Amino acid sequence: MQKSELRDPFEKARLEKGLGAMEDQNDPVKMLLRHKDVRKTAHNYKTFQSAAKPGRIVVPSEVNIRETRQIPFELDPPVHGLYRKLVEPWFKRPLEADYIKQLTGQINDLVDATLNKAQVEVIEEFALVLQSRALTLLLNIPFEEAEKWISWGTHVFRSEDSDLDGDKANILYHYIDEQIEKSIANPGEDLYSMLLDSEVAGKKLTKEEVKGVMVLTFAGGRDTVINAITNAISYLSEHQESLERFRKEPQIINNAVEEMIRYFSPLTQMGRVVTEDTHVCEYAVKADTRVSLCWASANRDAAVFENANEIVIDRKINPHVGFGFSHHNCLGATHARQIMRILLKTMAEKVENIEVFDYKENIENLGEFKRKVGFDYLNAKFNSLIK
Amino acid sequence: MAKITFITSDNETIVLEGTIGSVMALAVEHNVKGIDGDCGGVCSCATCHVHVKPEDMVKTGRASEIEADMLELDDNADEYSRLCCQLEISDDIDGVELTVAK
Repeated sequence: MQKSELRDPFEKARLEKGLGAMEDQNDPVKMLLRHKDVRKTAHNYKTFQSAAKPGRIVVPSEVNIRETRQIPFELDPPVHGLYRKLVEPWFKRPLEADYIKQLTGQINDLVDATLNKAQVEVIEEFALVLQSRALTLLLNIPFEEAEKWISWGTHVFRSEDSDLDGDKANILYHYIDEQIEKSIANPGEDLYSMLLDSEVAGKKLTKEEVKGVMVLTFAGGRDTVINAITNAISYLSEHQESLERFRKEPQIINNAVEEMIRYFSPLTQMGRVVTEDTHVCEYAVKADTRVSLCWASANRDAAVFENANEIVIDRKINPHVGFGFSHHNCLGATHARQIMRILLKTMAEKVENIEVFDYKENIENLGEFKRKVGFDYLNAKFNSLIK
Repeated sequence: MAKITFITSDNETIVLEGTIGSVMALAVEHNVKGIDGDCGGVCSCATCHVHVKPEDMVKTGRASEIEADMLELDDNADEYSRLCCQLEISDDIDGVELTVAK
């Protein structure tokens, strides 16, 4: 068993039933496992809604730790579209040349600093740092602010003791409240100020709505990006030849990023609340119960992907759902893709190989399934490429 | 060399010439509004959706199964829809007119 391998725990259930089940704080979830069912259900927002009680579509449910509705994530069309249209241009900024230049500079500096270390703990000292610094670009705020987010540790909502940690969530909420007040007093060119100055359907966004967008931006892009980066480093530690290929064929880096997102599926699943008695995958589901779209399972569906359990680094056609699907596809995907593209390019330019010393896998307990989503820690050394 | 015409949602007409690569990459390179090509051309994002002018369908061909599966769930899709990351630039598609989907 290779340490970078992420086993697919869903295969048997996906083939035999198409459905899995898990208990979650007395609000059980029926998990959709097949690619086709996941895409179809994601698209059907009328029967499978996102605009439920805030926190309920997340698995594990966050209804007990937050009341703020995440926007546009916990809305449904047509209202969803109004907010999405407002924020989308901002979240496409990672395509701009200056953004790419700054992000490249950040990643270059971090990889250089890591090359000088005898040992690096990849999650705390590399992935979290990279993710936090990059977030200053997405929010368009000073670089130094990243230090505060790094000090929060790896999980905004989760702690080592429990799945859901209300105290940690409150740190984030209080912080965002403070930043909103600061931006009201002193508007700038940052995301808070842009939102505070915006209107939807002729009405200014409320503070609560601004907070909803910011909570989504912070929470949605933290563990996911950290898992993607850490899994990529683990993969490269066992596939030095891929670094060599990226040097020789940089044009495959984009394919490699999409393939890693498929294979790693940094977000395992996302829920929906059923609005009427219906069927999923030939099984009855009742109104006001939950289903989930299991991206991680859909991304291993052999009906769609050849050699689904392998990373095919230059996979050409890759209709993965690692960034979700349909109306609610990941708002931060442009940013995440840019991080991963620049990271792989920089690693290829600077790193000969990566040694991993020791590690502990991060396993999610999902009822009948256990899924590795990344690592709790990964101690490694980056060795410099001698040109 | 193929000449390709894009009509954006603002009714702007943009004529581009290309020799190699995908139509999506050509459009992205020239900032054709509405063609984002987020996934870089692996058919996972549908942000390069265009409607081919009906009489040009003989040049482009119809959507492949994998494209059709993506487009099936797009409310704006029709029988002339293609994901232009799957359209390779060649002399065969010279002169086609593509309307960028909403």
